Amino acid sequence: MRYIDEYRNLKIANKLFRLIREEAIGLGHIKFMEVCGTHTMAVERFGIRQALPENITLISGPGCPVCVTPKNYVDKAIAFSDVGNIIVFSFGDMLKVPGTGANLMEQKTKGRVKVVYSPFDAVEFAEKHRDKNIVFLGIGFETTAPTVAASVKYAKKKKLKNFFVYSGHKIMPPAMKLLARDRHVNIQGFLCPAHVSAIIGTRPYAEISGKYDMPCVVSGFEPLDILQSILMLVKQVKSKNAKVENQYNRVVRPSGNIKALRLIDEVFSKNDSEWRGIGVIPQSGLVLSGRYAAFDIERNLEMPEPKTSIDRGCICGSVLKGIKTPLECRLFSKKCNPENPCGACMVSSEGACAAYYRYRK
Amino acid sequence: MCLAFPMKVLKIEGDRAIVSSGGVQRAIGVSFIKNVKRGDYVIVHAGFAIEKLDPVKAEETLKMLEELR
Amino acid sequence: MKIITLAHGSGGSQMHRLIKDLFIKNLDNRFLNKLGDAAFINPAAGRLAYTTDSFVVKPLFFPGGDIGKLSVCGTVNDLSVSGAMPRYLSCGMIVEDGFSYAELEKITISIRDACRSAGVAITTGDFKVVEKGAVDGIFINTSGIGEVFLNSEISMSRIKPGDKIIISGTIGDHAASILLAREDLKFKTRIKSDCGPLNKLVSSIICRDIKFMRDPTRGGLATTLNEISTASGYNIAVEEFEIPVKKSVKALCEILGFDPLYMANEGKLIAIVSKNSAGNILSKMKKHITGKDARIIGEVRKEKGKRVYLETRSGGARILDMITGEQLPRIC
Repeated sequence: MRYIDEYRNLKIANKLFRLIREEAIGLGHIKFMEVCGTHTMAVERFGIRQALPENITLISGPGCPVCVTPKNYVDKAIAFSDVGNIIVFSFGDMLKVPGTGANLMEQKTKGRVKVVYSPFDAVEFAEKHRDKNIVFLGIGFETTAPTVAASVKYAKKKKLKNFFVYSGHKIMPPAMKLLARDRHVNIQGFLCPAHVSAIIGTRPYAEISGKYDMPCVVSGFEPLDILQSILMLVKQVKSKNAKVENQYNRVVRPSGNIKALRLIDEVFSKNDSEWRGIGVIPQSGLVLSGRYAAFDIERNLEMPEPKTSIDRGCICGSVLKGIKTPLECRLFSKKCNPENPCGACMVSSEGACAAYYRYRK
Repeated sequence: MCLAFPMKVLKIEGDRAIVSSGGVQRAIGVSFIKNVKRGDYVIVHAGFAIEKLDPVKAEETLKMLEELR
Repeated sequence: MKIITLAHGSGGSQMHRLIKDLFIKNLDNRFLNKLGDAAFINPAAGRLAYTTDSFVVKPLFFPGGDIGKLSVCGTVNDLSVSGAMPRYLSCGMIVEDGFSYAELEKITISIRDACRSAGVAITTGDFKVVEKGAVDGIFINTSGIGEVFLNSEISMSRIKPGDKIIISGTIGDHAASILLAREDLKFKTRIKSDCGPLNKLVSSIICRDIKFMRDPTRGGLATTLNEISTASGYNIAVEEFEIPVKKSVKALCEILGFDPLYMANEGKLIAIVSKNSAGNILSKMKKHITGKDARIIGEVRKEKGKRVYLETRSGGARILDMITGEQLPRIC
């Protein structure tokens, strides 16, 4: 696979492991946070965590829609899917996230929820089936928001009256700022997301790096990308010189993708958004607005608020922030496990809790 | 939140394109990337191209990695 | 459009005509043609192996096969990996009222072709029709009798540290083809299910040095390795670089976020063999068309445990756990 296999080369990977080990000698214990869920997946899949030197720890942060989408969102999505002629379309990620007593997977087996690879597939379905109301679950960060925006624009162009979006989109920089200024979150650097950065560029990280003296490296997802980025972070820590570096410059430009950013601004506006386990972060969510507000399902359908239960004992929020480890959670491995996840960190197969569970003794 | 994959552009028709990798082909949207042409590699996420891959920078990165001692 | 109705299952003239025109005509063999309530079989000297399986796959038709082909190969393969040559199968069908006659014919012809390919016969069968909604289209059960090879000593308890693990070919093909056919994900590929009989491959390699075999169906290679590790009591280690995956399956998995290690196969086997015989068994496998992509992928470790370790192609290592539920296309 072109532009993939070359960045998985074993010889170079081993070289990078060695260089990281050498650079990290004498630096004490360093913790880096990889904010993006896809980085967490990649680190797990390529077995990087196990091969890093003992004094470097990677913590997975809140950049995973599965982990941070509030329980109430899931409950509402289930409620939409129960309405007569509504079919809910979703990315696969959301299907196993626990709501209050149910999840979307159960609705899928009843035919009330369909999984798609692209939001455009949902809008095309709406175009072909005018007798059905299609509600698309818009989750994901700045990488995904333009794809949903483009799909909504298409719906407007085709004058569709049966396509809606339930937006749960969030944006990364406000969450990263919150983590950078939280004194409990003791991290020495951010591995910045690859494809969110392809959209937003590297400039948003300058404020975080400058104000909080936080090393930031924008990293690709292949093993050589991640290892090279970790090496760059270690070198920044060593030289006590925090800055923003772009390891993934074959895709990420400093100014990002201007067309995509304009598209997001055209279709969405920012709102205060709740992040599961963390709480409300101001101006961190995206909601359909202006000419496109009409496609927001919540403006079109009056629904009673579902009764959302509180996750008693679940400390996913602290785990997501890297403050606590899963082992410190009293539900871990007892009430909460991959087959019966209580919180989002166990649902995502590469979430911190699922990963800890796999390596349990 | 950004699972995306480099694929080669085979054909462009307005806002849509056919891309391919490893014998797998799909129609995707290209409405928010600039100046895409046949033969370009684009990063594909959720059925849309989110950015073009720069082959020169890709080559530079690899060369730098190979030259590390 | 000609359809199957409740009358076709009720034992009357319509059912007899269906059995004659569809099943006897296509599956024609000396056992089935007698139309007795039971088939009479003369067992060979030695042990017999016996297995059963039910098939409910959706969609019914997919690139590389259909439920008919699957129902024969699934049972043939369970016997084959148990060290037996499959001979006699039974086939029971439960069909929904309103099912397409043309599709039932297609499925029956697939059963015929799969039997010919494997050298087995459907010796006895059953056909029922139930009301709409009682089954989803068609469910098929097959059971099979096979003659255990004289030099076969397949047993989980024979697995020992140092034994090598061989996979007979590329993984994930079947699950990938089903996924594309079922979910309408709008990808164009040439990916086909690997659904096919393994008995001739097994017959060409069977010997005492093969300690255990299994076909990695639901849950894929990783799940089967976990089953073997747990049952044998030893940890297992495999190398990602050695595990064969077709380019197109690999690309599809990367795009959708799937892991081929957890994807079902319907024409592959895992063999646990003694260390010294591994090279020899591998070359015999590769000479056979069904085993041409076979590789030695790992070994049984000396530590007691129930862990499966994967050495990744980029110098790392991870644990392969059992999968929880099905994989779905993801964006993260």
